[in-house]
Amino acid sequence: MSLRPQFALVDVNNFYVSCERVFRPRLEQRPVVVLSNNDGCVVARSYEVRALGVKMGVPWFQIKDLARRYKIVALSSNYTLYGDMSNRVVHILRGFSPNLEVYSIDESFLALEGMQSCYENTILLGKNIRQRIKQWTGLPVCVGIGSTKTLAKLANHLAKKNDVFDGVCDIDQLSLKEANAWMSGLPVDTVWGVGRQLYRRLTAIGIHTVLDLRKASPQYIRNQFGVVLQRTCEELNDVSCLSLEEVAPAQKQIINSRSFGIMVSEIEELREAVAMHVTSAAEKLRRQCLVSAAVCVFIQTNRFQGDRPQYHPSLTIPLLAPSDDTLVLITAALKALDVMYRPHYQYKKAGIILLLLSDKRIEQRALFDNVDSARRSAQLMAVIDAVNRQFGRHTLRSAAMGTQHRWAMRADRRSGRYTTSWDELPVAR
Amino acid sequence: MVDIMLCIPIDALETNSLSQQPEPLRALPHQVEIKLLKHRLSAGFPSPAADYAEDGLDLNDYLVRNKPATFMFTVKGQSMVGASIEDGDKVIVDRSIQAQHNDIVVAVVDGDYTIKRLYRNQGKIELHPENSEYHPIIFKEGAELQIWGVVVGVVRRYLMRGA
Repeated sequence: MSLRPQFALVDVNNFYVSCERVFRPRLEQRPVVVLSNNDGCVVARSYEVRALGVKMGVPWFQIKDLARRYKIVALSSNYTLYGDMSNRVVHILRGFSPNLEVYSIDESFLALEGMQSCYENTILLGKNIRQRIKQWTGLPVCVGIGSTKTLAKLANHLAKKNDVFDGVCDIDQLSLKEANAWMSGLPVDTVWGVGRQLYRRLTAIGIHTVLDLRKASPQYIRNQFGVVLQRTCEELNDVSCLSLEEVAPAQKQIINSRSFGIMVSEIEELREAVAMHVTSAAEKLRRQCLVSAAVCVFIQTNRFQGDRPQYHPSLTIPLLAPSDDTLVLITAALKALDVMYRPHYQYKKAGIILLLLSDKRIEQRALFDNVDSARRSAQLMAVIDAVNRQFGRHTLRSAAMGTQHRWAMRADRRSGRYTTSWDELPVAR
Repeated sequence: MVDIMLCIPIDALETNSLSQQPEPLRALPHQVEIKLLKHRLSAGFPSPAADYAEDGLDLNDYLVRNKPATFMFTVKGQSMVGASIEDGDKVIVDRSIQAQHNDIVVAVVDGDYTIKRLYRNQGKIELHPENSEYHPIIFKEGAELQIWGVVVGVVRRYLMRGA
């Protein structure tokens, strides 16, 4: 029995759009885009929209004319729905292999070694996965299989872009000639981990296609680009270097930011928004049992309005001692905001980043730390979290968050929370 | 002798919705789990029933067979009153079940969801309402019927006093 590593990458096609279509059959065959928070930019496109040449990330206002002409349906992002559908897919995938890495909201790696005996061959296994997810959730997926994660990712790309594979591609099942032919047809930035920067440097030394990188000497690549790309190169040659990360690595920072529904210029409103972002981020911090040693705050004007005065400052404030106390973090963040704030600008966005995270249980105390107040703070936060879990988010909150939220998020086109809210279930007549 | 009823709000256990851990299906009626611990309490002696305590009843167990494939719909209209499915009821729909003749199904007809009884006999495919004031939906030969899922249960609430 071979215990050669074997990975599958399962990825939902046009995930956000597909989720919307499951619950709104009328969207089938129609061009659909999903917009980012505040209906700002395009974050998901159906095939019909891609065919019209709409790129990922374009601001919605730039394609409004095109949208009118081709009757493009635009939806606000509905992360509650996408999150629930993502959980369902992962749940189903765990039935195929117990060893699984959730790579993103719409992609998971499965380790197949040891599972082979359960299935006649990997293509059949892939078709099985595809069929079951489609039937159980209504979502279309593609499956890429290979002896390394990098090859599985590449196989997934082939399966998605080429109808001959019918949604499932095992790169090891291709003959060397076939595999080389496919790889010579793909630009090198198709490879997982090769971004725009690397692409430029690789093409400059004559490595244009995936095949070029596969054939390059790993030692040479290491000398030129470092160990990360060397691994990628090895992985393209069936040497598995990256293993499944079944437990997500500890977070390095927590970012909370959002565009405003309307332009904001008053400091009171910025303060409310910053306090709210800190509150959400601090909740995440405590959930992971982390503390933060510095808070970064940034505010931005609208860069798409080049004729207006622009101002994009950011400022990091270190804390006396690492903390997970919402009130301590808000105090620091508001101090940073006060320093940066200039009146008369139209602000579009505010955000915060909690930096220098570490494990709360091995926290270093400051020399003049008041142990008693630390204990009181921990108790207070525990009570706030418990109350908010039971009675809804922000039931107990810092007064700095305010109550008006005139700037709150715009989601005019959000579809129902069809799977998580009793009042928004789909209707059958 | 005392009857004890413990009410534990499940929502208190709610976790991040993107967690990789399997979670209770949110769309199901489990605001409060009722644990039944109904036995005599006597000071001094351990209860002979303690070893036999069970987890209590969870409506999810009763209604949901396949969690990731189960969804809920709200019913509008009177077309299925004959099957005891009324306006405003919530129905539980399992997508993993292959629909058969006589099953109650949710189907997509002209881009809308409809709930009807599936009639499939001698090459004929129809969706039958359970109310004589409604007409069956008949599919011509070659037309495709898109079945969204099979209805496996219905839940209805009456009084919500005292909550």
